[in-house]
Amino acid sequence: MLDFPRWKVISIFAFLAALMALAIPSFLPESVTDRWGAFPHPRVNKGLDLAGGSYLLLEANTDELVKNRLEAMREQIVSQMAVGPAIPIGDIATDNGKLSFLLRNVTQLDAARERLNKLTGGVGFTGQRDWDLQVVDSSRVVMTPTEAGITAAIKEAMATATDVVRTRIDKLGTKEPTIVGQGTNRIVVQVPGLKDPQALKELLGKTAKLEFKMVADQAYTPGGIIPAGTQALPYPEGGPGAKILVKRQAILTGDQLLTAKQSFKQEDNAPIVDFGFNSEGGRKFAEITQRNTGKRFAVIVDDQVISAPRINTPILGGAGYIEGSFTVESANNLAIALSSGKLPITLKVVEERTVGPDLGQESINAGVRASAIAVILVIVFMIVTYGRFGFYADYAVIINVVVIMGVLALLNGTLTLPGIAGFVLTIGTAVDANVLINERIREERRRGRSVIQSVELGYKEASRTIFEANATHAISGVIMLMLGSGPVKGFAVVLLIGIATSVFTSVTFTRMLVVLWIRRNRPTEINI
Amino acid sequence: MRLLKIVPDNTNLPFVSLRKWAFGLTLLLSLAAVGLVFARGLNLGVDFVGGLMIEEKFASPPSLDKLRSTIDRLELGEARLQTVGNDNTISIKLPPPQSSDEGAANRIVQQVQLAITRDFPDARFSRQDSVSGKVSGELIWKGILAVVLAVVGIGLFAIFRFEWQFGVSTVVAIVHDVLMTLGFFALTRFEFDLNIVAAVLTIIGYSINDKIVIDDRIRENMRRYRKMDMSGIVDLSVNETLPRTVMTSVTILLALFALLIFGGPVLRGFTAAMILGIFVGTYSSIYVSSSLLITLGLRPDPSLAEPVVPANAPKPR
Repeated sequence: MLDFPRWKVISIFAFLAALMALAIPSFLPESVTDRWGAFPHPRVNKGLDLAGGSYLLLEANTDELVKNRLEAMREQIVSQMAVGPAIPIGDIATDNGKLSFLLRNVTQLDAARERLNKLTGGVGFTGQRDWDLQVVDSSRVVMTPTEAGITAAIKEAMATATDVVRTRIDKLGTKEPTIVGQGTNRIVVQVPGLKDPQALKELLGKTAKLEFKMVADQAYTPGGIIPAGTQALPYPEGGPGAKILVKRQAILTGDQLLTAKQSFKQEDNAPIVDFGFNSEGGRKFAEITQRNTGKRFAVIVDDQVISAPRINTPILGGAGYIEGSFTVESANNLAIALSSGKLPITLKVVEERTVGPDLGQESINAGVRASAIAVILVIVFMIVTYGRFGFYADYAVIINVVVIMGVLALLNGTLTLPGIAGFVLTIGTAVDANVLINERIREERRRGRSVIQSVELGYKEASRTIFEANATHAISGVIMLMLGSGPVKGFAVVLLIGIATSVFTSVTFTRMLVVLWIRRNRPTEINI
Repeated sequence: MRLLKIVPDNTNLPFVSLRKWAFGLTLLLSLAAVGLVFARGLNLGVDFVGGLMIEEKFASPPSLDKLRSTIDRLELGEARLQTVGNDNTISIKLPPPQSSDEGAANRIVQQVQLAITRDFPDARFSRQDSVSGKVSGELIWKGILAVVLAVVGIGLFAIFRFEWQFGVSTVVAIVHDVLMTLGFFALTRFEFDLNIVAAVLTIIGYSINDKIVIDDRIRENMRRYRKMDMSGIVDLSVNETLPRTVMTSVTILLALFALLIFGGPVLRGFTAAMILGIFVGTYSSIYVSSSLLITLGLRPDPSLAEPVVPANAPKPR
């Protein structure tokens, strides 16, 4: 029992000191730790409920992606069949998630197949293709997107969408946003300390699909026929509910856009969005404006006509601007959205939690105050009940609190408000181990064992119980970690770290303290 | 220095002899809890029903009627107002927007905030949650799944480490704890949200802690006093561990009351649930799980070898 070699004592102290040292940066202001440079300074992050900020769960509309993919395939087929020696097709339709068309000349089936094969591709390593090709009644070609193809397309779209979301948020100038994919079609966005969450959501809700289309010659009449090859799009400039007829075919899209930024029109200082094309886009733009001088074209963002200016002179520099009824903010938002690329898939906010900065600070203050009071109450209670042994337990508890912070920082963990509650609770459960030990020592003393025997048995017998109790406790912690969201997860993390560290501090560490004391003083009676 | 002893040495309270009464009471309370949950329902937060929650802090307690009419004028559906913590903070709950448009929730929040700042210039935004119907449905399932998994996982652990009777009695006791907590929330109409699920899981964790300690002692005593009858062993074990049970409950309650009083309004429901859970869990350790062991027919196995002979073993009571 009294055998506690010096190296063990030193390593226990060194181990605890190292873990405690990890907690130090978290207590220092960032301005101090920033100056440390390369010197490692892990910090505990403050959760959104403490720092203030927004949590957004974005869900992508995968049905729409599947539909768009069919439409894109349809366009590709139409243009692919028209080039070179044309393969005449007809009755092209997309319904029930399938695409089908009629081959005018049955003998061209093999040629058509060859061209279609160029449009499809393999998926993964299993040799599967992204589209299934079938011929019905010898002249009707049916193309069905495969499950694997759809999954791969969604995956790719989500990866791009995540990048676009990240770019947009970065351009808003927020610090340390977290953007991660969740499941197959969701993205979690966490932005601490955000002043205007509304702007963020508006920005993320924008697909930012920029298109230039020629305005049709006919005027739009509500309820009237829409001529073939044209479409009616909303045109807010023309008054509420107004629409304008444009040609279906886009002459240019945002894919060739290189830059977009908010600026002001020289004449009247109205906010506008300046844009510049890459060389290919610039050449096309010049060509189109040359050919269509005097006509009107429509600038369309997300299927809404922002403006429909007349081409007065050919625009040759590959740059232009979009005007409309913008405010500085809305122009800036549009510029950010355009320059960060279009979202390949529409995102919808399905869950949002925003905490104002004031509440966050109040919560921290309240949490810290409650923890401090809890610690003091428990400390006093333990000393009053167990005397010296209670003091050792307290010593362990205080070290444990700092060690939990250190481990949390090491794991780059996040402290949430329920996490603070987790701390307080851990204080309660950590002393439970000591309560078990001390009660056992009392019991063994009552049974007439010697001091040393009682202490030894107390630790030995209680250790088993402590292990079992903590293991079951950990089960519920792990489940919370797996299934909980945000703040609850923060609680579970603190709880689990606390369970692991408290076994060490309340059993190993206090046992060392007790042994060192007994060895020094050889007491024949203990007050417990 | 004389140290504090909340529980005197060598208590000998006849817990087991009360167990028939306790079973009746437990059954009655559990049924009442279930009845309450079904009759009154839980005051589910937006986490579980979907919708919007906007919390505003005012410099002084606002007139709820005026606030209600401010919001009703926007015609956004039935608004539920509730004070949070002190009377200065009001949470406003609104049903999820009818339109499927992604900007709808956004606009409603903006509308409400504008209207409030116009009528109450001293209002400050504190927080806002909006959860769509789909996500709230998922959260409910995840919550239920978490509790079920916890109960099953712990039950399996107890069966694995002890006898099957321990597993069964522990699971029954935990189900009792969960029911009582739900009943409490149905009775008080405190808001039941995600944090409360965390509280329920923590209650389960704590309660099991308590049961394992007693179970562990029962197992130890079963080996030590092979000839003692089961009710004697349970009584002895509960009495022996009583000081620890009380001590731990008191320390955790000290910590929890500090959190309840000083921890701010956000954690109040969570802490209240936890405090209740400590009482319920302690009760069920003694009267549900331990007593149930007798009913389930657990008894000492005389064939087991006597492991440790205590130096000064007390006479079997």
